[in-house]
Amino acid sequence: MTIDPAWIEDAIVGARPQAIAALLRHFRDLDLAEEAFQEASLRALQNWPRNGAPRDPVAWLIFVARNSAVDQVRKGSRNEPLPDEDVLVDPQSTEARLVETLDHADYRDDLLRLMFICCHPELPATQQIALSLRIVSGIPVARIARAFLVSESAMEQRITRAKARIAAADVPFEAPGAVERAERLAPVATMIYLLFNEGYSAGPADVEERHALSEEAIRLARLLLRVFPAEPELMGLLALMLLQHSRLGARFDTDGQLVLLEDQDRSLWDHGLIHEALALIDKALRHRRTGPFLVQAAIAALHARAARFADTDWASIDLLYATLEQLQPSPVVTLNRAVVVSKLKGPGAALEMLEPLAKPLDGYFYYYGVRGALLRDVGRNAEAREAFERAIALANSPAEATHIRQHLDALARNLQ
Amino acid sequence: MQYAILCYHREAEVCAWSKEKDAQVMAELSKVQRKLAAQGRLGPVARLMPTSAATTLRKDRDPPLVLDGPFAETKEQLLGFYVIDCENLDGALEAAKELGAANPGGSYEIRPLRSFRIGAPPE
Repeated sequence: MTIDPAWIEDAIVGARPQAIAALLRHFRDLDLAEEAFQEASLRALQNWPRNGAPRDPVAWLIFVARNSAVDQVRKGSRNEPLPDEDVLVDPQSTEARLVETLDHADYRDDLLRLMFICCHPELPATQQIALSLRIVSGIPVARIARAFLVSESAMEQRITRAKARIAAADVPFEAPGAVERAERLAPVATMIYLLFNEGYSAGPADVEERHALSEEAIRLARLLLRVFPAEPELMGLLALMLLQHSRLGARFDTDGQLVLLEDQDRSLWDHGLIHEALALIDKALRHRRTGPFLVQAAIAALHARAARFADTDWASIDLLYATLEQLQPSPVVTLNRAVVVSKLKGPGAALEMLEPLAKPLDGYFYYYGVRGALLRDVGRNAEAREAFERAIALANSPAEATHIRQHLDALARNLQ
Repeated sequence: MQYAILCYHREAEVCAWSKEKDAQVMAELSKVQRKLAAQGRLGPVARLMPTSAATTLRKDRDPPLVLDGPFAETKEQLLGFYVIDCENLDGALEAAKELGAANPGGSYEIRPLRSFRIGAPPE
């Protein structure tokens, strides 16, 4: 019997979130859970090629991880050699029994607890994301460091600090009630979206390394939705990410310049992802319970449904933004709505909406980019130039700065 | 005889594949499918969206109940299916083994078709 080592690695990666989550409940200690899982993974690499793959890799890994931790304790107390692992562990025969004890509700609450711990409110967002990538996804520190453009030792420190903070905090191990469950889902969903955006905001140079972050966020959302299949906001979150990710191939031109939605070649969009997202939104809308992720997904879906930019259903998008403003009032949402209003009622009406946003969005790149474009459209070129220059100063990436620079150049040409 | 090959695999694992790995597996599977098609033995081929996109209608009550998610919570999920034409079970197993070599892991359930039709039954 031969088993492809790559297959074993895939199985271990796929099993990791649920296995670590179950081990955390068992040991109540992140480091112990991680070490035990690590040990079980090594044994899987040795054992599976010899004895065949287990029917349920997750259950096998949990079982062996628990056993190996018990070994460790025994090794510590008596300094005598232990029998070979094959004698000690016969996972195939005990697997069925274990599977019965690991019922669906446990899996669900374990996974949610693990993710909830990683986005503990005392942790800054950067630590939440780093910790989730390390613990839940099992991505090596060196790779996380590369994705965040920091040194490996700096990332190691960030993760260690996050773990120390969590260890000092109270971690709830009792099974959560329905209300607590809902309260835990919200920050976990937010963390997943932050992780997604870390990848989405990448420039063309680091897009390879960072789009893996977006894909990891999508994987975590799928995982969560599988254990909470009736949560419309999770469907919205996953759909929103799928829709944004579907545009990946069209977001940069061959020179690495950012391509705006209106200029993107829509045939380059990933229509498989778009269809999955539309199916999820369709399902979520049946619940008649609207949340911010679902509304944002519905907005993205209207863009995805338009064959050409000119076909965009701006009136429906405006209604959805109005809903979003009510659900989650924020100057950024109003700014986005102003862009939509400019399509429906012209740049003058949009500029009026921007007036009260000047103060809260002072220091926000996108605000000055939008304002510059609207001022240009109504012919206030001097003010437009001022706004564009401010935007360049606030740009988050060279691609953003270059994009605004092109607006400025065009303005200068028009003045000649 | 026509056989359905129902593809079961751990979805959590398949969804963790990188885009490159996914494309590579699909390319390997396509080779086997092209071979079956050249022999005139390949019927419909379907890859299903993840079970998170599934909805279940429980029709054992009136009115029927609409539930989010797949019909059953299983360790391995139904992710796709083929319909192929084979002499007998041996032939079907051979085709399944070839497909399985291109995409290891999980299981195939091989079910002979009782009837297969595209479109409405004859009057």
